[in-house]
Amino acid sequence: MARNRKNAEGKPKSRARRRFLIGSTVAAGGLFVGWQLLGGSAPGDPATLLEPGADEAALNAWVKIARDGTVTIAVPRSEMGQGIHTALPMILAEELDADFDRVEIIDAKVDRIYVNDVMLPEGFPFGPHDESFIARQARATGRWLSGVIAVQATGGSTSVRAGWQPMREAGAMAREMLKQAAATRLGTPVASLKTERGEVVDPASGKRIGYGELAAEAAAVKLDAVPPLRDPSQFRIIGQPKQRLDIPAKVDGTATFGIDVRLPDMLFAAVKHPPVVGASVKRFDPAQVQRMPGVVKTVAVPGGIAVIADSTWRAKQALAALDIEYEPGETPDFSTDGLFASYEAALSEDGFGYQDDGEAVEILEAAGSNVLEMTYRTPFLAHAPMEPMNCTARIVDDRLEVWAPTQAPSVSRWIAAGQADMDEDKVTVNVTYLGGGFGRRGEPDFIRQAVACAMAVRGRGVQVVWSREEDIRQDTYRPATLAHFRVTTDSEGYPTAWANKLVGPSTSGQATMRYIPFGSDSGPDRTTVDGAAWLPYAIPNMRVEHILSRVPVRVGFWRSVGHSQNAFYSEAVIDELAHAAGKDPYAYRMHLLADSPRYARVLETVARMADWDAGAPAGRARGIALHESFGSIVAQVAEVSLDGSEPRVHRVWCAVDAGIVINPDTIVAQMQGGIVFGLTAALYGEITFADGEPQQSNFPDYEMIRLSTMPTIETEIIASTEAPGGAGEPGTPPIAPAVTNALFALTGQRVRDLPLSRHDWTTTGS
Amino acid sequence: MIDFVLNGETVSVDVEPDTPLLWVIRDTLGKTGTKFGCGVAACGACTVHVDGVATRTCVLPVEAVAGSSVTTIEGIAAGETRHRVQQAWIDEQVPQCGYCQSGMIMAVTALLAENPSPTDADIDDAVTNICRCGTYGRIRSAIHRAARA
Repeated sequence: MARNRKNAEGKPKSRARRRFLIGSTVAAGGLFVGWQLLGGSAPGDPATLLEPGADEAALNAWVKIARDGTVTIAVPRSEMGQGIHTALPMILAEELDADFDRVEIIDAKVDRIYVNDVMLPEGFPFGPHDESFIARQARATGRWLSGVIAVQATGGSTSVRAGWQPMREAGAMAREMLKQAAATRLGTPVASLKTERGEVVDPASGKRIGYGELAAEAAAVKLDAVPPLRDPSQFRIIGQPKQRLDIPAKVDGTATFGIDVRLPDMLFAAVKHPPVVGASVKRFDPAQVQRMPGVVKTVAVPGGIAVIADSTWRAKQALAALDIEYEPGETPDFSTDGLFASYEAALSEDGFGYQDDGEAVEILEAAGSNVLEMTYRTPFLAHAPMEPMNCTARIVDDRLEVWAPTQAPSVSRWIAAGQADMDEDKVTVNVTYLGGGFGRRGEPDFIRQAVACAMAVRGRGVQVVWSREEDIRQDTYRPATLAHFRVTTDSEGYPTAWANKLVGPSTSGQATMRYIPFGSDSGPDRTTVDGAAWLPYAIPNMRVEHILSRVPVRVGFWRSVGHSQNAFYSEAVIDELAHAAGKDPYAYRMHLLADSPRYARVLETVARMADWDAGAPAGRARGIALHESFGSIVAQVAEVSLDGSEPRVHRVWCAVDAGIVINPDTIVAQMQGGIVFGLTAALYGEITFADGEPQQSNFPDYEMIRLSTMPTIETEIIASTEAPGGAGEPGTPPIAPAVTNALFALTGQRVRDLPLSRHDWTTTGS
Repeated sequence: MIDFVLNGETVSVDVEPDTPLLWVIRDTLGKTGTKFGCGVAACGACTVHVDGVATRTCVLPVEAVAGSSVTTIEGIAAGETRHRVQQAWIDEQVPQCGYCQSGMIMAVTALLAENPSPTDADIDDAVTNICRCGTYGRIRSAIHRAARA
């Protein structure tokens, strides 16, 4: 789909462009219909959505302009550190020709007009570059469905990809309205007017009128078409490193995260869930803690028990004193070891084939003993954002208000309304800053609990805050999975047939089943094979299939989702093949990328940055990896050594082709962040189960990289005119294989399961 | 009642004496810049200065600071002028989600007060806070920048 938009500037001119306009009637046409043709409080009504003050005028659902020239842009995506509250305004400001120094931002309300129509179709079982009729139809249907169910969500590195067109159109339309207002005022043809950094300029007379002066008149202008968009060669904001608009508030303590919401006379709640997977609460006695200081009420909430008190600490204390009896579930003996044994057993089954090119199975059968077999596995992982799960809710009369650090405001509103048994139009969801999201905050479990507490103490606001232990033990984990490879090669050592059988649960399916009636996890789920199928390498016969193996624990979307493990599998196997062929791993990959110049360029760039041919200093070794995810291509080189028995990553070089880049400094920051997230997991990350319980619960046993273990990271952005790709996730997948490939080069020990802390490094290496 | 000085003003709080200072600051006194991260003094999100010393407050009973001077992230700027560490954080564009940064900045301001030109090894030893977004590289650059300022 990203390909369809690479020439999307200007008027409709290509088949791809027309398809985009037709396919995204909700995003593009909805913008139009929402505020021009419908009246009152119809979806997208700017007055309702932006609540302009007396000196402000709302030009559409995304932008209002004050008399003093301040431009306020509503951002309908959650800021969780990825810089979206700066990137999306930059796109709109570019087309508006605004003075970016006078741009302010607000969180958009929940409304159909702010639909994210990219996220949902990416779950469909078609490769990202599949341009077949059925794949295109599926994507178009997915975009349409996104509008119908009004997906307003942040995830899948979709915000810029989905926001690029509507934000540009919103800015261009606002600019055209301002120009028309100026033309009327000056009695000049609109075509003779220009704009310049927040002003309409009449070159003939030299007159200049600030946007602020024109805004009220401009708001009344009716347009009958989306005006032409700027040619990228004219961009003066997009592509420039801009300081992030949210950062000043994040250095002085004034940024409001979910946990910082304060309401008059509010209460605080602590929550405990059954510790064993699948168990439920059987019995508890509220009277036991009712007399403890500050305790207001003890209630059952979805998933557990909450104690509501007048401070967080008092709620925690009372909860700790409460005896809760649990009803065991169906899997009291669940263990990680047992799970992987069941995965191994499942390999005898046939899975759902996502990619089946050529005759992989037949060739492998005929190859007899010339088949390399490798089994890889990865563990469950917790998200562990620094801000533990929390939510604040209050019911006053027949209205429910929710304050949530959520990636999914529209789902949150729907779930909150369901929990409170109210109509959605009686529910307001306010999105706060997120203290990390990483996929965890797309789940509405903590929102349901806050609403349940608010129902118990109507009229008063309640803030539910999970302990770190609950946050880690009740996460929706990145699933543990297993990959079994069978590969055969030609006489040069290049793969002729490649079969990858993956085993694990369906993250999308399980998430759907949790919240949507009639949801199912037995349909195809592309996230299971993302990064395993549709590789850029020339492998003539390839089969990638997924065997659904259900798990009793909750699994969810974890930064880069399926790519987070499949990139490790795929890029480590390529490395194994290179070494088996006696070839340099970089040169081996380049050979397989002969027909994939865009990918080859990224790999070449990182090799040049790292001076790959010169090799590592004595005592160290390097590994390389390349991976495409979320519309961006990233290559990394990691340089490692052994520090006693501990693997140590010293340096990482990162090259990224993310298409047209909005804010280059944000791309660099997201590569750094993505690498640290993936490296933390590769080095230390695992949630293991024994006797039905997760064995990790807080940072002392779920270790993180810190300053002392942080590698130096150098990032280079490759100039590109391709459509914008994602930024938040693509930095994560390549780092694990780059590191394990480097460790192989250093020690000869091939890591086929993570994390590295499971492995004994005392007898290897230099 | 327990008395201490918070950001230059004397405060009196009527809470259980074993209440961690973090929750007194956040819930009783309404200063939310100091964050809850782990509850076991492992992550440093709750770092403040107690008599100038960087201290993790999620396990520190409020009675332990009776009579002490406590400074939070809200108290390090000189009026409208940001502390040089805060400015360095902006200049280096350090924060991503930002949740850990109050604690980071408090740990760093205490370090620089004691050691005006820390080496990388000094920084590694003194600033052990966790940042899940991975801003460590920029944190290190910002510390060196603030040290030069």
